[in-house]
Amino acid sequence: MSGCPDPRLPGGPTAGAWQRCKEGFPLISPVRKGQIDLLVVGTGLAGASAAATLAQQGYRVTVLTYHDSPRRAHSVAAQGGINAARPVAVDGDSIHRLFADTLRGGDFRAREAGCRRLAEISSGIIDQCVAQGVPFAREYGGSLATRSFGGALVSRTFYARGQTGQQLLYGAYQALMRQVELGRVTLLPRHDLLELITVDGVARGVVTRQTHTGELEVHTARAVLLCTGGYSNVYFLSTNALKSNASAIWRAHRKGALFANPCFTQIHPTCIPSGDAYQSKLTLMSESLRNDGRIWLPKQAGDNRTAHEIPEQERDYFLERMYPTYGNMTPRDVASRRARELCNAGHGVGPGGRSVYLDLTDAIKTEGRDAIAARYGNLMTMYERISGDDPYRTPMRIYPAPHYTMGGLWVDYQLMSSIPGLFVLGEANYSEHGANRLGASALMQGLADGYFIAPATVTAWLAGTPGSDLTSDHPACREALNSARARIGQLLDNGGHRPVDVFHRELGALMIDRCGISRHAEGLRDGLQRVAQLEAQFQNEVRVPGGPEGPNPELEKALRVNDFFGLAQLMLRDALAREESCGAHFREEHQSAEGEAQRDDVNFAHIAAWEFNDYGDPIRHQEPLQFTDLQPTTRSYR
Amino acid sequence: MKLTLRIWRQQDRKQSGAYEEHVLESVSPELSLLEALDQLNEQLISDGQRPVSFEHDCREGICGSCGFLVNGQAHGPRTATSVCQLYLRSFGDGEVLTLEPWRATAFPLIQDLMVDRSSLDRLIAAGGYCSTGTGQAPDGNALPIGRDQATRAFDTATCIGCGACVASCRNASASLFVAAKLAHLGQLPQGQPERGKRSRAMQERMQQEGFGSCSSNLECEAVCPQEISADWISWMNRESRR
Ligand SMILES: Cc1cc2nc3c(=O)[nH]c(=O)nc-3n(C[C@H](O)[C@H](O)[C@H](O)COP(=O)(O)OP(=O)(O)OC[C@H]3O[C@@H](n4cnc5c(N)ncnc54)[C@H](O)[C@@H]3O)c2cc1C
Ligand code: SF4
Ligand code: FES
Repeated sequence: MSGCPDPRLPGGPTAGAWQRCKEGFPLISPVRKGQIDLLVVGTGLAGASAAATLAQQGYRVTVLTYHDSPRRAHSVAAQGGINAARPVAVDGDSIHRLFADTLRGGDFRAREAGCRRLAEISSGIIDQCVAQGVPFAREYGGSLATRSFGGALVSRTFYARGQTGQQLLYGAYQALMRQVELGRVTLLPRHDLLELITVDGVARGVVTRQTHTGELEVHTARAVLLCTGGYSNVYFLSTNALKSNASAIWRAHRKGALFANPCFTQIHPTCIPSGDAYQSKLTLMSESLRNDGRIWLPKQAGDNRTAHEIPEQERDYFLERMYPTYGNMTPRDVASRRARELCNAGHGVGPGGRSVYLDLTDAIKTEGRDAIAARYGNLMTMYERISGDDPYRTPMRIYPAPHYTMGGLWVDYQLMSSIPGLFVLGEANYSEHGANRLGASALMQGLADGYFIAPATVTAWLAGTPGSDLTSDHPACREALNSARARIGQLLDNGGHRPVDVFHRELGALMIDRCGISRHAEGLRDGLQRVAQLEAQFQNEVRVPGGPEGPNPELEKALRVNDFFGLAQLMLRDALAREESCGAHFREEHQSAEGEAQRDDVNFAHIAAWEFNDYGDPIRHQEPLQFTDLQPTTRSYR
Repeated sequence: MKLTLRIWRQQDRKQSGAYEEHVLESVSPELSLLEALDQLNEQLISDGQRPVSFEHDCREGICGSCGFLVNGQAHGPRTATSVCQLYLRSFGDGEVLTLEPWRATAFPLIQDLMVDRSSLDRLIAAGGYCSTGTGQAPDGNALPIGRDQATRAFDTATCIGCGACVASCRNASASLFVAAKLAHLGQLPQGQPERGKRSRAMQERMQQEGFGSCSSNLECEAVCPQEISADWISWMNRESRR
């Protein structure tokens, strides 16, 4: 395990391990908690739930977000639903099944103990959210309704129409605002994290830029929780909100936090494809549509008839053909790859042949338009607005797009990074998703981390770690402040002529091509060189108008893109080093005769944890993965 | 297509603002209005001018960040549509669009098309929640909630906090926003214990924050991207007599 810290995995059987751990954790008296300052960065599902819960426990919590309101965190966009194992339905679901699906869905590149804990906690999350007033879909009789999602054969996904993330986030946000009103949380919106402050290797605070005024501030605390979301905006076009970024975790990485499996990026199969060069984002069509929608392409390559003109027998329902068991519900990586291959082979439809049909005609015929509208209404309107086509009449056109990042800062079982006192929650951490995320499991993980896990482990850590208050004139604070100031100065003063977005778009195009749905060694090596060149150009040629003071959205963007260059290179390196195909990471050199991913459990059953190296190439450490409950098997959805 | 954008430019609250006109000669009708602004901003930056500031993030109509007046209408001419989901194909070739920020005392201007809407958060803080702590929840199925009831609560829970209702109201009232939250929680069994208290606290805070009172001109309902019905305002009025 060279160089990788102890993951602090629980001993004994994984079932019930979390409960046993919690019972062994040291506690802190409520009075002492009231004297301890904590910093929570991010107000998505992970951050808002953690901050609300820690404040409720009695800590003094400061919450930072670059948004103007916690309610705008990107979690608000999640559509389809949240998994939970509630072993009451007759389809045979159980905690064990959810655990097994999570581990298997992640292609055995996640920790067994973590996946088990997630499955055990899942049911409590639903109860918690219901108590907050989250209006989950209900059956007529009043009980909670569920639906099924990609990668699973049971119906365990709880949902609130196509706005599940929104409703869960509002629940957590409201809990947070209650603590603000009670005076236990100091909320600092429009604060952008620019640096992490460490003292003797322990996380003790952050430097932020107030985005209205441009003021740089130091915030100190006994522990820092990063809940800053994912980084798929490195691809420029992605399903993430435009301001999503990697800066917080990248700055922590540069201060010593290991970065795990950066190359594991989930490409979501069902997004509205891109059109114009100025298009700024890709919009997801929830995968739950695959419950009722059938995916197809014309059998004939180059067929340019409209969907209606292509008769049934000339359509290729390729997922149903290739994967009779899972059909349209095959996991995301598989569905994405098959779509891309067929489009590359000339079967694709729409502009440039870069999309496949997602067809609800059969479902509308059997169930009626109203039933479909009730289930997916807002998605249908969204599609219509963006594409200009009516999805009730013409099949939707979809294409894979970068979506969710399974990589992130390495954390141990207690969600602590390799920097003591720095906890990482939600999408920002390397989590239980392994090489591929099962649908509807990110919301579950974010809330498990925030409501249930971090509040226990942060307390355990604080109880065992004496510490004192840090004042903002400490040399470490001044140093971090200076380094943030220097970076801003560099960007503003370089006198270049090209806007930030130009570089970001170019970086994105490179990354999707070299490190997207599929990868190969040559492309990755070449990508590394090109990203380095582009980064050098950026440093010399970018133009950031305005000054350091006052609102300067271009400066915010420039700081983020600056960090994406470093991350992009780490992703390419990680993809190059992982000589196997697993989950979303598909190395063309490693595939079976049928074109399926070929995993190498002998050499790669580990988490790759990268250490930043100021003087040269980053250093790759390995945390081996052991499987006792479930033996790695080849994923098969045929 | 060709578009002329008349945009309100204002450095900050202390300085006065004015309209500035920019012509986009050939922009794709497939773009959203915000993407057209991105395109304009790239031009402005390349020409060494200050780009236009506007709020945005998700660009898919769900985060509530975006919002300004397009030809005097909050979020523009399409019903049930936030401005990030407004595509240029809804406009004619050669059209002139006037873009200006939300105007309301409770929403101080920041820059150009950006305003400060934190007063909406303070309304929620006043009581827009169920007072439940983590770890105290009973089984979610222990409280059966009929499908229709859950659906009605959901319909009001979808408010994205964009503030269009306030900006389009001649009294700058936040009644629709507050009513939506009261109706969301007030229709569910979980929200019952604090129902009366919540309603009083939120309405009181509305006044303290400088929002006006409702005079039923119903503009709020017309511009709400989530189509929240103004009937909930009457519902709220009955609520405060509880
Ligand atoms: C369109 C879409 C649909 C999805 N649908 C589903 C689904 O149906 N089911 C599911 O399980 N998952 C879904 N996901 C995934 C899921 O929504 C996310 O993984 C999850 O919500 C991430 O939550 P989070 O709390 O980790 O981060 P986020 O919600 O992204 O929050 C990040 C927070 O950090 C703050 N922040 C970030 N950087 C900084 C900084 N430098 N300084 C200050 N603040 C900062 C932001 O302001 C924000 O508050 C979906 C994702 C997308 C994009
Ligand atoms: S009620 Fe409608 S217009 Fe008002 S803030 Fe909510 S979503 Fe926006
Ligand atoms: S940018 Fe999110 S609603 Fe418009």
